[in-house]
Amino acid sequence: MDSQDVVITGIGLVSSLGEGPEAHWRALTASAPEPVFDAARFSPYTVHPLPEIDWNLQIAKRGDQRQMETWQRLGTYVAGLALDDAGIKGDEALCATMDMVVAAGGGERDVAVDSAILAASTGRPDFDVLLNEKLTTELRPTLFLAQLSNLLAGNISIVHKVTGSSRTFMGEEGAGVSAIETAAARIRSGQSTHMLVGGAFQTEHPDMLLGYELAGYLHRDAWKPVWQRQGMQGGGVVSGSGGAFLVLESRAHAEARGRKAYARLGPVCSGRARRSRGELGQRISAMLEAAALPSGELLAVSGASGGHAATAAEKAAFDARPGLAARGFATLTGHLKEAQFPFAVALAALAVANKAPYPAFDAASERPYVGIPENVLATAIGYHQFEGMALVSAAG
Amino acid sequence: MTKLKDHLGRPVVAVTGIGVVTSLGKGKQENWAALTAGRSGIHPITRFPVEHLNTRIAGTVDFLDSSSKGASALTYELAETAAEEAIAEAGLDLEDFGGPLFLASPPVELDWHDRLALYKGGDNADISARLLEVARSLNSLDMFDTSQFGFVADRLADRFGATGLPITLSTACASGATAIQLGVEAIRRGECSHALAIGADGSATAEALIRFSLLSALSTSNDAPEKASKPFSKDRDGFVIAEGSAALVLESLESALARGAEVLGILRGCGEKADDFHRTRSKPDGSPAIGAVKAALADAGLSEDEIDYVNAHGTSTPENDKMEHLSLSTVFGERIGRIPISSNKSMIGHTLSAAGAIEAAFSLMTMREGVIPPTINYDNPDPAIALDVVPNVKREARVGTVLSNSFGFGGQNTCLVMAREAV
Repeated sequence: MDSQDVVITGIGLVSSLGEGPEAHWRALTASAPEPVFDAARFSPYTVHPLPEIDWNLQIAKRGDQRQMETWQRLGTYVAGLALDDAGIKGDEALCATMDMVVAAGGGERDVAVDSAILAASTGRPDFDVLLNEKLTTELRPTLFLAQLSNLLAGNISIVHKVTGSSRTFMGEEGAGVSAIETAAARIRSGQSTHMLVGGAFQTEHPDMLLGYELAGYLHRDAWKPVWQRQGMQGGGVVSGSGGAFLVLESRAHAEARGRKAYARLGPVCSGRARRSRGELGQRISAMLEAAALPSGELLAVSGASGGHAATAAEKAAFDARPGLAARGFATLTGHLKEAQFPFAVALAALAVANKAPYPAFDAASERPYVGIPENVLATAIGYHQFEGMALVSAAG
Repeated sequence: MTKLKDHLGRPVVAVTGIGVVTSLGKGKQENWAALTAGRSGIHPITRFPVEHLNTRIAGTVDFLDSSSKGASALTYELAETAAEEAIAEAGLDLEDFGGPLFLASPPVELDWHDRLALYKGGDNADISARLLEVARSLNSLDMFDTSQFGFVADRLADRFGATGLPITLSTACASGATAIQLGVEAIRRGECSHALAIGADGSATAEALIRFSLLSALSTSNDAPEKASKPFSKDRDGFVIAEGSAALVLESLESALARGAEVLGILRGCGEKADDFHRTRSKPDGSPAIGAVKAALADAGLSEDEIDYVNAHGTSTPENDKMEHLSLSTVFGERIGRIPISSNKSMIGHTLSAAGAIEAAFSLMTMREGVIPPTINYDNPDPAIALDVVPNVKREARVGTVLSNSFGFGGQNTCLVMAREAV
């Protein structure tokens, strides 16, 4: 045990399963966890939608809510849940010295404006002039800010007063991996004492689906658990709306303010397999070695997306380790993109803190796990690129 | 004997390679010649039609192969070009760089021409559904790649053999400085002996221009483009959107000396502070910017009397220049009137995600060359901003230390302190 250990003292979660760590623990440890999904709205695609959220609970000012679209509202809301959970929300001094790393994509475009421009393009040889004409008259000035990647962090600063520093990482699952890896490294080296780190993804927008479907990544068949989508129609990814934020602290900082930690964040590994050269399987195995896994039975909260190649590679690497019991949570939440790794780490921390495993989310594919999980592995193997893992352990 | 550890016992971080591209040209030499001649790179936009636009000028980079191929392709080529120059200067392997990559680049969006191609490829009356249908039947990896936020960095990591998972970041107009800060921190933590920090922005599209116009952020001095960017002038009327890139090879001084690399400068300190006041405006008392400057000085182990020159954020917007003056006056007191402060943006415009990196590159060159590039278009001084802006003409000066400021939307404030020599 070391005073510079990184501990997890706050968790904010939202997904189709509900909001907050307790609701997620209940839903995910039910005897037969049930997914919440909508197969009609974006048919032939299935999405795991946002639950009912009362934004006022975390974003008090309506004016602030109006400046954001759903993605930023969601991220700001989940960040607020994490701060509340850590007992930091509203503590001006702690927020003013808190460092933040947000993993972000972009916000929602205005579908009506975009569609009107495309519809008007028929028969117009001068598309670029049409663009100027329509965009200058129909874009809302504030929408730009609602789309900007770093404005999720900006809104967290404004709404929750987190102002030590603010950095936004981009790049799908890899952004979430780097955000947690960098935050942990900063705390371990003494560059920071307490950090807010996480991300959100709002998939219920055609452009957010397009981001996957340009390369045919989305599942277009009946809903199935992530491990069972090989050979079905489409690319295997079912996306979801949700977010995960963590409060990470040095052990010394958490103890000094009398906070009990959920868990300790151990080694965080990241990588960039050159997948076109067939490196992914070998890189996942190498990362499993580097994560300093304890011997014996191990619970793994997997961020597998369902994307065929990446999920098959992850499954093969797991199958080669007989003691490893994986739980593919995207089966129940959908793929949360930038938030996928923070979500995996949060679920790992909950199992450690509750001294209980998750049941199989897919009994046909996932091995049972019996016992108290003192260490839990969290993974995010990107559907297209970038990989990460972390070992989460009892706080001690 | 040169100290390899700084005042806090951390490895000293040197710069051993610099690369830069702006509207003024490709490479350090072309850029430095133009900057010190006080030449503007701002020109009328020719890349796309300008009908209906209030602002019809920009500092676009029009001379690269990808200049007309969309924001993703151009951002990549800008980054690659700057990185090639920097890595070659550092004397490292262009295909096996062997350190991590930190890339500041604009958030990506599907290009409008790709969106139009998807629309034209189908006939479903539900337009959103049509785009999705056509997308999956086309299954175009080229189009997909441009929509992935990690793509440019992934490709750069392949091209140069960067190690690990490359980090792509955005802190709006402070992004370039943040990329450098991340590299400095990684070296200080002992994670690597050298790192590549790049800021690149090739996203001056019509939509980008219109968005900033709608926020009243852009100059509309269309008739005299080279005069449009006029930081600290009374009649300043907004920034000029621009493109460019810079790459720095950051290296522990120990590693640089051990392999006999030429040290081009020292990255002494980095500071940041977020603003919680407003999405686009700064706190009226300037306290976050003041906090960022002070944090950078403290991190560098320097007092305010030890800064010889300030490379200003100096965007030429009414708000920024006023706030920057207020913040600097608060930190430096009455001495502020005697410190030379110039804005590279008077010549290259505001290169957005790349600005912090480009201006750090120019700051390092300012120290090495002993020449301060001017703030051009300073014909009508703002009496409320009493600064020595190095008006209109370059100045020879011994510059041992520089403070470079970067401030951005979303309350982003990042400052870098650089020094000519190790101590």
